[in-house]
Amino acid sequence: MATDVGDVLETSDRRRAGASGKVTLTLRIRRYNPELRGEESWWDEFTIQADPNDRLLDALHEVKWHHDGTLALRRSCAHGICGSDAVMVNGRNRLACKVLVRDIAPKATVEPIRGLPVLKDLIVDMEPFFEGYRSVLPYLINDEGEPDRERLQSPEERQRYDDTTKCILCACCTTSCPIFWGDEGYVGPAAIVQAHRFIFDSRDRGARERLQILADKTGVFRCRTTFNCTDACPRGIEVTKAIQEVKREILLDRF
Amino acid sequence: MTTFHTYDAVIVGAGGAGLRAAIEAADHVRTAVISKLYPTRSHTGTAQGGVCAALGNVEEDYPEWHAFDTVKGGDYLVDQPEALLMCEEAVDAIYELEHWGLPFNRTPDGKIDQRRFGGHTRNHGEAPVKRACYAADRTGHMILQTLYQQCVKRNVRFFNEFYVLDQLFSDDGRCAGVVAYELATGELHVFRAKAVLYATGGSGRMFKVTSNAHTLTGDGQAILYRRGIPMQDMEFFQFHPTGVYKMGILLSEAVRGEGGILLNAEGERFMERYAPTVKDLAPRDMVSRAIYQEIKEGRGAGPNKDAVWLDVRHLPREVIEEKLPDVTEFARIYLGVEPTRELVPIQPTAHYAMGGIPTDADGRVVVGPEATPVPGLYAAGECACVSVHGANRLGTNSLLDIVVFGRRGGRHLAGFCRDADLPPLPERPEGFVRDLLDAMLARERGANAADLRTELQDSMFDLAFVVRTEEGLRKMREILGGLRERYAEVAVQDKGSRYNTDLMEAVELGFLLDNAEPLVEAALARTESRGAHWRDDFPQRDDVNWLKHSLAYKQPDGSVRLEYKPVRLGIYEPAERKY
Ligand SMILES: Cc1cc2nc3c(=O)[nH]c(=O)nc-3n(C[C@H](O)[C@H](O)[C@H](O)COP(=O)(O)OP(=O)(O)OC[C@H]3O[C@@H](n4cnc5c(N)ncnc54)[C@H](O)[C@@H]3O)c2cc1C
Ligand code: SF4
Ligand code: SF4
Ligand code: FES
Repeated sequence: MATDVGDVLETSDRRRAGASGKVTLTLRIRRYNPELRGEESWWDEFTIQADPNDRLLDALHEVKWHHDGTLALRRSCAHGICGSDAVMVNGRNRLACKVLVRDIAPKATVEPIRGLPVLKDLIVDMEPFFEGYRSVLPYLINDEGEPDRERLQSPEERQRYDDTTKCILCACCTTSCPIFWGDEGYVGPAAIVQAHRFIFDSRDRGARERLQILADKTGVFRCRTTFNCTDACPRGIEVTKAIQEVKREILLDRF
Repeated sequence: MTTFHTYDAVIVGAGGAGLRAAIEAADHVRTAVISKLYPTRSHTGTAQGGVCAALGNVEEDYPEWHAFDTVKGGDYLVDQPEALLMCEEAVDAIYELEHWGLPFNRTPDGKIDQRRFGGHTRNHGEAPVKRACYAADRTGHMILQTLYQQCVKRNVRFFNEFYVLDQLFSDDGRCAGVVAYELATGELHVFRAKAVLYATGGSGRMFKVTSNAHTLTGDGQAILYRRGIPMQDMEFFQFHPTGVYKMGILLSEAVRGEGGILLNAEGERFMERYAPTVKDLAPRDMVSRAIYQEIKEGRGAGPNKDAVWLDVRHLPREVIEEKLPDVTEFARIYLGVEPTRELVPIQPTAHYAMGGIPTDADGRVVVGPEATPVPGLYAAGECACVSVHGANRLGTNSLLDIVVFGRRGGRHLAGFCRDADLPPLPERPEGFVRDLLDAMLARERGANAADLRTELQDSMFDLAFVVRTEEGLRKMREILGGLRERYAEVAVQDKGSRYNTDLMEAVELGFLLDNAEPLVEAALARTESRGAHWRDDFPQRDDVNWLKHSLAYKQPDGSVRLEYKPVRLGIYEPAERKY
């Protein structure tokens, strides 16, 4: 085993050693702060030194903490689980804490996600997004009375909706969807992902109600299957596939 | 401008503990949940490995075995009746989550699947037992989602992105409400209420390397500490052995539960020497110290010889991909390491505050050696200290703690509100907060909060981490003194009222200082080693002098006064902890 470990150590060392020097990163950030500059947004550029293994979030913190304290962004967990820091990086929706400096240096553009009202710098109004979420009845519906122990569910039944349980409500998908940008009525992919999570849960009895909601004019049939949402999802959820499955369910039920 | 609200109950925090309490209270009394984050952003969502209960689905198991492990794991500083109660209520609490739709992994016959976790054993230490219920390695995410879903269903009233900054009492000492800062507008809100339950989570951000979110700054603990409520057992902070090297991101103990092992630079499975029976699944404090020892003796791995390896290369691929997908992804993204083929460099990371706001089993905040309840004041979750974790929490016992004591706290609070009347507010209730914020905003030049915070984190990591000494802690005390002085001169660059996170970060730094000070003082005073508190100059546990909880009070001059209260024993005789 020892030689084995030695080999690995060497590759890891090399990776680390190659990564130890700082690199220069220029961040071009879209700013908006009506208290300072009225209703027009503007661009700011900051050049900082960063470890290539740092996250973009660390770089934004460096800007905020040592260059411009007024820069506003949301963040919490810093490792891609809480869903706070969805931003557009070089035109693509990403979580700032899941993008590494080495992948974007020497220069990157950071903007707020699209399709939701910007409130300040990288902070957008998430309320319309959560409204869509709430509209699909995102909770288990089952009035059949609870057993003394757990309800049984086979591993296969559990697997059926596994993918959509990963959703962290970050809005990367919804705010990369051209239909959502263009049409305020569309609930957007994230809400459908959340509905999918229950519709395909063998314990749930609310599928009909949810499918009815999603068959409505603001629902799934707005989707034009462009796959932007799947590409954007930081949790690797097959968003478009989930939407297709919901569509199929509605068609089979002939709503 | 100040806005006034009136509720029966206010719950501060919307992580697992706050949401569970809200579900209990909101059906019965007018309840507001105030959270500085959107509920689903709370750090409960990052918990990976599992939540334990003696369901006995996979192997024979009983709540009493679970209670024994909890007491022993906590190095006998655990209040035993409360631990037993938690382990007994665990079973029902898990079924309840399942009934609400939590997607637990399943056994072939459709029951909730269970896996091993550090310190959980069959029949009082015979062998590891499968007790942790889990949903892949995103158990916390699923708990948080499920509880939030139940709140949506019940139409619970949330005030999101509101920072609670002060606790209000009536002149006769009853809880009267809280003061909160609305991030979107910079306005202050006074919430008048009969009862307040704090569920503000941990304080890991006082250390440089931590698994905790940027927002875990010990707010609730500090808010009450400033108002004369003590902090209990602050010297006991858990350092989890397997954090991503340098970044601190957690790699769940489930990795070892599924068969992962630790290796030193020589490729030796060193835990075999430290804990011959349970090896890599020894409690966290022991594993973290073993790692320190290996590093100290020159067997550390990596270029700086300050890491060890986590090895999962021998695990079946489907275990890695299906049971540990997130953890595997962390290694890939943040370290550029492919765990199926390569070793993962890890180091201990500040993880969990065993100490906090002292409470009883109903979530009531209690003060003094006699544990006297403060009318209307409650706490639950990581910010609270029941104490069921004693000197060292077992993995999976915190997610359990938040659902069991969130529920108990919420229930008791609802009952209290039904009978109590609304205490009068003090005069100018928002005064303290207003003055604090105005001073920071008015200062044109002054200390940079980010620099002070970095200094705090670096020095706590060096001097108050896995291994402590009198000399180091004294130095830390001095550093804290200096930071405190400079903090009084903190200035913020953002003078605005819209999403002023610059201002809130400066306030949070103040909360961190209020957590670090009692931690260091209690650690300095405790001249023994117990659980997570390891004093190199006092390496023995000393039950004669130190089998007691510490209570730290903030004095009017800012200094810390320590007091002690007995541990509630009565079921298990304290014994040496061997694994
Ligand atoms: C990476 C990681 C993995 C873990 N894995 C496990 C595990 O597998 N099993 C286990 O049992 N335990 C685990 N733990 C521990 C466990 O997850 C936490 O202890 C627990 O989730 C804490 O829950 P909480 O509700 O007390 O706090 P949190 O979930 O942290 O919630 C705190 C809440 O308080 C709010 N808040 C804070 N300050 C204020 C303020 N001033 N005003 C208003 N609101 C405020 C926040 O917005 C948030 O909603 C893990 C912890 C971490 C960090
Ligand atoms: S696949 Fe549908 S939901 Fe996804 S981005 Fe395209 S149109 Fe929007
Ligand atoms: S589906 Fe993916 S991108 Fe969309 S909200 Fe959920 S996690 Fe984010
Ligand atoms: S900060 Fe939590 S997802 Fe990025």
